[in-house]
Amino acid sequence: GPLAAVPRGPFGTDEALTPRQFVTGYNNFYEFGTDKADPAANAHTLRPRPWQVQIDGAVSRPLTVDIEELLQPKNLQERIYRLRCVEGWSMVIPWIGLPLADVLRRVEPLGSAKYVEFTTLHDPEQMPGQKRDVLPWPYVEGLRLDEAMHPLSFLAVGLYGDVLPNQNGAPLRLVVPWKYGFKSVKSIVRIRFAEQQPQTAWNVVAPQEYGFYANVNPQVDHPRWSQARERRLGEGLLASRRPTLPFNGYAEQVASLYAGMDLRRDF
Amino acid sequence: MRRGALQARLWAAGLWTLALTPALVLLARALGNRLGANPIEELTLELGQWALRFLLLTLAATPLRRLTGWTVLLRHRRLLGLTAASYALLHLLVYAVLDQGLLWSQIVGDILKRPFITVGMAAFVLLLPLAATSFDAAIRRLGARRWQALHRLVYVATGLALLHFWWKVKADTAEPTIYLTVFALLLVARFVAPGHRFRRRPPAGRQPA
Repeated sequence: GPLAAVPRGPFGTDEALTPRQFVTGYNNFYEFGTDKADPAANAHTLRPRPWQVQIDGAVSRPLTVDIEELLQPKNLQERIYRLRCVEGWSMVIPWIGLPLADVLRRVEPLGSAKYVEFTTLHDPEQMPGQKRDVLPWPYVEGLRLDEAMHPLSFLAVGLYGDVLPNQNGAPLRLVVPWKYGFKSVKSIVRIRFAEQQPQTAWNVVAPQEYGFYANVNPQVDHPRWSQARERRLGEGLLASRRPTLPFNGYAEQVASLYAGMDLRRDF
Repeated sequence: MRRGALQARLWAAGLWTLALTPALVLLARALGNRLGANPIEELTLELGQWALRFLLLTLAATPLRRLTGWTVLLRHRRLLGLTAASYALLHLLVYAVLDQGLLWSQIVGDILKRPFITVGMAAFVLLLPLAATSFDAAIRRLGARRWQALHRLVYVATGLALLHFWWKVKADTAEPTIYLTVFALLLVARFVAPGHRFRRRPPAGRQPA
């Protein structure tokens, strides 16, 4: 693909990649329907060009970034990350993109900024799933500022050497590999620095099931299922579940962000 | 062969085909690696949904006869009910064997701690005495009245199975809503709608099957 020559970045894994047809054919992206196959079937109505991202809030230099600028190959790198869905399945995906902090630093956050809020496009014409009230639209997610600035936090514009397919959150999506997948908000149009903790979509819908932090944690079960083990997609009918790792295997990098916190309460 | 007898045979063949086709299609998809990215989830979901569909079809037998005089489902109600129970069993087996790898601590933990699984398991357990007493000798031994009272449990089992499905869904309740609506309509048609005849004993040779 056009982004195939992008150099590989840090934090890689030698685990087998999840086959591309599963990465692009099995998606939770309710803006295009609630079935896992819906986004691949319906996301052709999304127009990912031209596209701009507004970065504002508690910052000195608010900025509007054009997607063409973010797509410059010289700024990009490949990151092979595990993705763990809150539903108990996981993938290994070769993303292409840039560290989130690279973009965030450009707007010079104020000292009062404590959180970063991300908002998906809200346009029922392009995103027909938004015609139904399945979730509060637009989809909003958020990170604490130190989480957002962490070197693992990534803005993806591609995968498998190609520009990001619409169903994976084109043209620009967040990837936070130590958190459940729903934190990794897709088709971002706005990034806002905030003083208060953002009201995030799943946390608003079902706070007892989906916490703000949503760190992958085998010790803290979802009320309806265990999070102790996960199913790696693409391994077939007879493969057994594998143990889920604390922080999805990235504890060495991120556990210190939560020192002193009770992760059962702040799940 | 008389025309009526031929027709009856065709109906029986048709309903047997209906009962077996989903299982055969799923088997073919499994063998051909065509169950998608998450084959176990797909298999579990499909089997559970077919169990529910056949349960609702079973419950439609009496209202259908009462409203239209059509007795075909009633005559094959045993087949439909046993098909529902079989899909429920396969659903449970796929969960226990393929999904959980027969890890008993995990399975028992799920059943005890997670209401949506508790309720699904309860629905399945309630189907067991019905399947076990579905043959003619059991009807004779229990007597039609007691047999019928026992088999009213199918309404409880269906209600619990629907609750199980509803609870499982994350946010989009459109599909469980359809099933729930059909169930509600069937309940109304069976117990509330005018023309309901209470406890009329079925004529000889028309034993509930």
